[in-house]
Amino acid sequence: MKEEYDVVVIGGGPAGTTAGRYAAENGASVLVVEKRDEIGAPKRCGEGLSSHAMELIGIKPEPTWAIQELEGAYVYAPSGKSVEARFTETAGYIIERKMFDKKLAYMAVDAGAEVLAGTRATSLIKEDGKITGVELLTFDEQKVKAKAKVVIGADGVESLTARWAGLNSSHKLTDICSSFQFEMGGLKLRDPHMLEIYMGNKVAPGGYVWVFPKGENRANVGIGLRANLPGRAYKYLVDFIKNHPGLKNGSVIEINGGGVPVGEPLETLVTDGFMVIGDAAHQVNAIHGGGIKEAIIAGRIAGKVAAEAVKKGDASKEVLKKYEDEWYSTEGNNLKRIVKLRRVVEQLSDDDLNFLAENIDGDTIIKLTQASKFTALAKILSKRPSLLRYVPLLLK
Amino acid sequence: MTVKIDRELCIRCTGCVAVCPVGALDYQGNRIVVDPKKCTDCNICAKFCPMHALSVPGKPIKD
Ligand SMILES: Cc1cc2nc3c(=O)[nH]c(=O)nc-3n(C[C@H](O)[C@H](O)[C@H](O)COP(=O)(O)OP(=O)(O)OC[C@H]3O[C@@H](n4cnc5c(N)ncnc54)[C@H](O)[C@@H]3O)c2cc1C
Ligand code: SF4
Ligand code: SF4
Repeated sequence: MKEEYDVVVIGGGPAGTTAGRYAAENGASVLVVEKRDEIGAPKRCGEGLSSHAMELIGIKPEPTWAIQELEGAYVYAPSGKSVEARFTETAGYIIERKMFDKKLAYMAVDAGAEVLAGTRATSLIKEDGKITGVELLTFDEQKVKAKAKVVIGADGVESLTARWAGLNSSHKLTDICSSFQFEMGGLKLRDPHMLEIYMGNKVAPGGYVWVFPKGENRANVGIGLRANLPGRAYKYLVDFIKNHPGLKNGSVIEINGGGVPVGEPLETLVTDGFMVIGDAAHQVNAIHGGGIKEAIIAGRIAGKVAAEAVKKGDASKEVLKKYEDEWYSTEGNNLKRIVKLRRVVEQLSDDDLNFLAENIDGDTIIKLTQASKFTALAKILSKRPSLLRYVPLLLK
Repeated sequence: MTVKIDRELCIRCTGCVAVCPVGALDYQGNRIVVDPKKCTDCNICAKFCPMHALSVPGKPIKD
């Protein structure tokens, strides 16, 4: 480790290693620190990733980490009726996050970045209101300082760096899902190429249960509940599994959990000498909770902008704001619209969901998750008087 | 008083760190730690925890 870098990235998840890679590829000297002893583990993830996300950072699925090809999803209403949503091209994969996160870390290293697991950022160094470095605690408990022209906070849902930088990043309980997951074997799956999503206020209030296949008879079986509601995620999940004929005889291989931010992304993503990306910036698709793709997109933009700022010799917030602007125009504004959709969907009763399942088709569901347009959903809701009040919320 | 952590139950998901409004929780050395000087006993982390691993004495969580 050196005493000084152009860019120091805090957090070795997909956001941090992608930012590190792109900053290094664009000529910056880079350090990425990860507080856990192993990058990628323990996973906090259902491990679904679209092929599009892989294309964005120029990688192709490899058998070591892209372990199950996906064609679409079955979405179940409380009545038991399922709607089949098929993606048009190869949709994506269930990945092995432990391998995938390591791959991204190696890519950062191969681009010239230095990566250090077991090293925790304990505070930011500030000079004249500007962030100019970080204080670190290494795996052998040494306190060291690393100076940096740009610091990137990529420290995930539990981010403290954004708070240290003066950005309010704590999560309201109404805007975060409490989630719990078993990785399981010995299951009977309907189709290992299809995700299974179960909705309903008895099954998962304010959220859903997912079965994400990792092979013929293996899957991540998880649940997310809105955190302000009473009830424990793991209890709901255990009950669900007990009552599901294909799952109840399965074995548990791993236990995971986590917080999924489902509110609006942070408005301000930069200050002088600092940028925040990924879960730390609440950059998640609020309707399904997926954040790997968002982390990668933000990491790529932020890494490039950081390297440009270094070249210019100016890491003021005005220069770094290029990341904020580009991210909001390509991704952020869309994600904000999806939060609106989530706020409507989570108010629907089981009756409403059953009604929807009778009236919606798979294509409409897929479009909803991409936020291209909510008009098709609005049309369906307009058919039922009790649902009319949600229509303006969607079209606003 | 301060929030109690049941480390047998905790699955180290760090969601509690995310929701603590005053930054009293952190994940250090592979476990969740609380800074009693910062904790205000607000109970928000306990409401979040998917495992029931957190509790503030005198503030039970209804399920
Ligand atoms: C149960 C669950 C299921 C999910 N399923 C999916 C899914 O199927 N598909 C999908 O796309 N997304 C899913 N997500 C979301 C996805 O996991 C995240 O959006 C993604 O990991 C965000 O990447 P990130 O790099 O921003 O943060 P993370 O992957 O969380 O990485 C942040 C890293 O920063 C480190 N760190 C934190 N503080 C410090 C510090 N002070 N010093 C050094 N390092 C630090 C952390 O240890 C961590 O490794 C799921 C989330 C959960 C909880
Ligand atoms: S929310 Fe609960 S399970 Fe998750 S890290 Fe905190 S105490 Fe552990
Ligand atoms: S009780 Fe409140 S202040 Fe104390 S650790 Fe939990 S969330 Fe933070």
